[in-house]
Amino acid sequence: MSGHVVPVWVYIAIFLALLALTATTVGAAFIDMGPFNTLVAMAIAVVKMLLVVLFFMHLRSSSSLTKVVVAAGFFWLMLLMAFTLTDEFSRYWTETPSGWGAATSAPPSSR
Amino acid sequence: MTDAAMEHTAAHPRFLAHHFTDIEQQFEAGTLGMWLFLITEIMFFGGLFATYAIYRLMYLSAFEAGSHLLDVKLGAINTAVLIGSSLTMALAVRAGQTGSRKALIVFLILTMLLGGVFLGVKAHEYHHKWETGLVPGFHWGPTEEVHLHPEAALPHVELFFCYYFFMTGLHALHMIIGFGIMAVLVWQAARGRFDGGYYSPIEVSGLYWHFVDIVWIFLFPLLYLIGGRY
Amino acid sequence: MTAAVAQAPPAERVHYLNAEYGIRSWLLTTDHKRIALLYLASITLMFFVGGFMAVLMRLHLIDPAGGLVHPDTFNKLFSMHGIIMIFFFLIPSIPAVLGNFLVPMMIGARDLAFPRINLLSWYIYIVGAVLTLTAMVSGGVDTGWTFYTPYSTTYANSQVMLTAVGVFISGFSSILTGLNFIVTIHKMRAPGLTWFRMPLFLWAMYATSIIQVLGTPVVAITIFLVGLERIFHVGIFDPAVGGDPLLFQHLFWFYSHPAVYIMILPGMGVISEIITCFSRKKIFGYTFVAFSSMAIAVISFLVWGHHMFVTGQSIYAGLIFSVLSFLVAIPSAIKVFNWTATLYRGSISYQAPMLYALGFIGLFTMGGLTGLFLASLATDVHLNGTYFIVAHFHYIMVGGAVMAYLGGIHFWWPKITGRLYPDTWARIAAAIVFLGFNLTFFPQFMLGYLGMPRRYATYPAEFQVLNVMSSAGASILGIGYLIPLVYLFWSMRYGPIAPANPWRAKGLEWQTDSPPPTVNFETPPVVTEPAYSYGPPGTPQEGAHD
Repeated sequence: MSGHVVPVWVYIAIFLALLALTATTVGAAFIDMGPFNTLVAMAIAVVKMLLVVLFFMHLRSSSSLTKVVVAAGFFWLMLLMAFTLTDEFSRYWTETPSGWGAATSAPPSSR
Repeated sequence: MTDAAMEHTAAHPRFLAHHFTDIEQQFEAGTLGMWLFLITEIMFFGGLFATYAIYRLMYLSAFEAGSHLLDVKLGAINTAVLIGSSLTMALAVRAGQTGSRKALIVFLILTMLLGGVFLGVKAHEYHHKWETGLVPGFHWGPTEEVHLHPEAALPHVELFFCYYFFMTGLHALHMIIGFGIMAVLVWQAARGRFDGGYYSPIEVSGLYWHFVDIVWIFLFPLLYLIGGRY
Repeated sequence: MTAAVAQAPPAERVHYLNAEYGIRSWLLTTDHKRIALLYLASITLMFFVGGFMAVLMRLHLIDPAGGLVHPDTFNKLFSMHGIIMIFFFLIPSIPAVLGNFLVPMMIGARDLAFPRINLLSWYIYIVGAVLTLTAMVSGGVDTGWTFYTPYSTTYANSQVMLTAVGVFISGFSSILTGLNFIVTIHKMRAPGLTWFRMPLFLWAMYATSIIQVLGTPVVAITIFLVGLERIFHVGIFDPAVGGDPLLFQHLFWFYSHPAVYIMILPGMGVISEIITCFSRKKIFGYTFVAFSSMAIAVISFLVWGHHMFVTGQSIYAGLIFSVLSFLVAIPSAIKVFNWTATLYRGSISYQAPMLYALGFIGLFTMGGLTGLFLASLATDVHLNGTYFIVAHFHYIMVGGAVMAYLGGIHFWWPKITGRLYPDTWARIAAAIVFLGFNLTFFPQFMLGYLGMPRRYATYPAEFQVLNVMSSAGASILGIGYLIPLVYLFWSMRYGPIAPANPWRAKGLEWQTDSPPPTVNFETPPVVTEPAYSYGPPGTPQEGAHD
């Protein structure tokens, strides 16, 4: 059949790690790190996700094909975000052409 | 994934669909299919997260104000509950692998219970939002007790809450569907459908449930922890 | 493998068409071949509904002042024409009809990986189609198939929600079909069928399925957000409330550009099959064609901004998208060169499928080349929003995809129905389609270049001659499409019984009876030779042509 049977203690350990990371992310929100708050929160979320995907979802013992499929999914999402954000932010690097009498729209507010 | 009523011969195991050559192929096809479905869900939720990211960057103070109106305690409890349900789900799959029927049913029911707790807390939160006039469109009119940052423009706070309800609502919808899937599995397990040689539906449903957990793992910091609480 | 397979006449054999009778055996079937026919009926209906709208538009445009329909109705016509043709005809056409029928057969399997999900995807398609048709008859939608905001979210008074729900639902049909094909091709190939022995049609279906799985969910969530905005007006896409209309366009085109490759890649797969068979030659550069399909699938996701050059997108993003759009033309060009090289010194015969395939190569090339003018930032400023764009995509979608679809239908018709159609009529129809098509759409290139805007119900009088030519062409094209409807139906009852392999083609699907038994192969096949192993004259593999 499929992969090997994972021992119970591994699942419990991952569960405890996930709880600890949740506590960490909540705690970190109470510390002023400026722009890094978001980064830290996202980094912790990514680690939690990896733990769930690799251990609970058995990706570690899955075929290479499955791993490629999962990686492709995230990669494609990054493509969507990266290209869209590129436009959203570089849009205001050039001046809005005048001549049609249209008001310029404000650039996104800084942090 | 397969039909229940199959001829049961030594060369033709139970629940092997006629178009597969062996149970191994069927299992691999099932898990690959579910993973592919999950990446469509990644793109589905991901598109939503992409628009959220842009508006958060554009209207950060409004999003912060909105986020501060959410209850971090309840959000954290819900995160722990959902992680717990992932544990029980993983243990249920394991029980399916080892052919332990009672353990399988117990863990599936535990998963459903924890999922129910999550949904209950969510319902409580939604109700609170209704009471304080923070439901966009239907009941938008923040009451006096609700404190907002002075610079937060109210229309964009409404946008934040639109995202709050839509993202958590879509997530909750997926959980309810997962709930239904668990219920079917419990019923099938009780009727002795699964054994160590055939547990593919449980594995595949487990993947789905873990995915729903992962979405929440991202939703929690993105919605509840914007701008810090210091 | 020999081509001639002796078989008992269909009346005496049990095959997938007569294995069971009754409406339940069709509506509850899990046989991929029957599901393919369910799709065939549905999309043919939708094709003629969408085509009827096109007829009305072309009749209206004979007169510069319009006059056949009210301008608001004209807006609804072009919107619904696009929505129906794209979502309910082109996207499902080859994958759901030919793909469903042939993918399991070409890999030597008994069915797809998930037969019941296959049936579910047809039902989902039907629900989406019914909702969209309901929207059409209860007022229609006038936003264009592109649903641009804030018109669609804030100002349109037409059936936006109903149409949006219909399209949203139909997307899941596409996703499930793609998912099914990917798993099937990975996990169920016959012994000996390595990836590089697969017919190129399978590579094309695989690449298409990747696009379907990765792209469709994004348009689904986008439509969802449009619906939300329409209900709540909170500023997701409405600039008056702080939203960004361009964000809608990014999300929309992230899917809709790859979607056009969903529509053309399967057609390219069909062409590879037809060209090789009717040149009696193996494909030139198999690996290049296979990898080009994959390259198109990947690069197609990187070019969507070329639809937004003039809508306010950043110049820098525009530059990136422009370069990538030139890049995506390369794999398509590689395929055209390889098909041409396959023809070279082949033993060519001109039955109807080949006529459609040759027409495809020419018309797709023209459509693709005109895309380069649109990929180039400066010329796109002039050509965007004009009939040049309309002509460009119709050359690819109709001159390309539809002709490939018709070629494929004719090529595999004997396999699907066990009957031969009258080839003389088929060739006449193909010629009429080719003629009518060019007369319809070539003038539109000129109209666009001269500045006639698209989606307008009226136009300056100086454009009338070209418009009348286009409308005349449309009527010829319409006749060309109706003729196959007649003789194909006729052949199902009165056509000569087809042998298992009337074209003496290579490929596993031809190694079984026409029509095939429900399980496809009585004994599971084993593959021992590469694809397209057509031999030189004098060898046992050679086939004399008519």
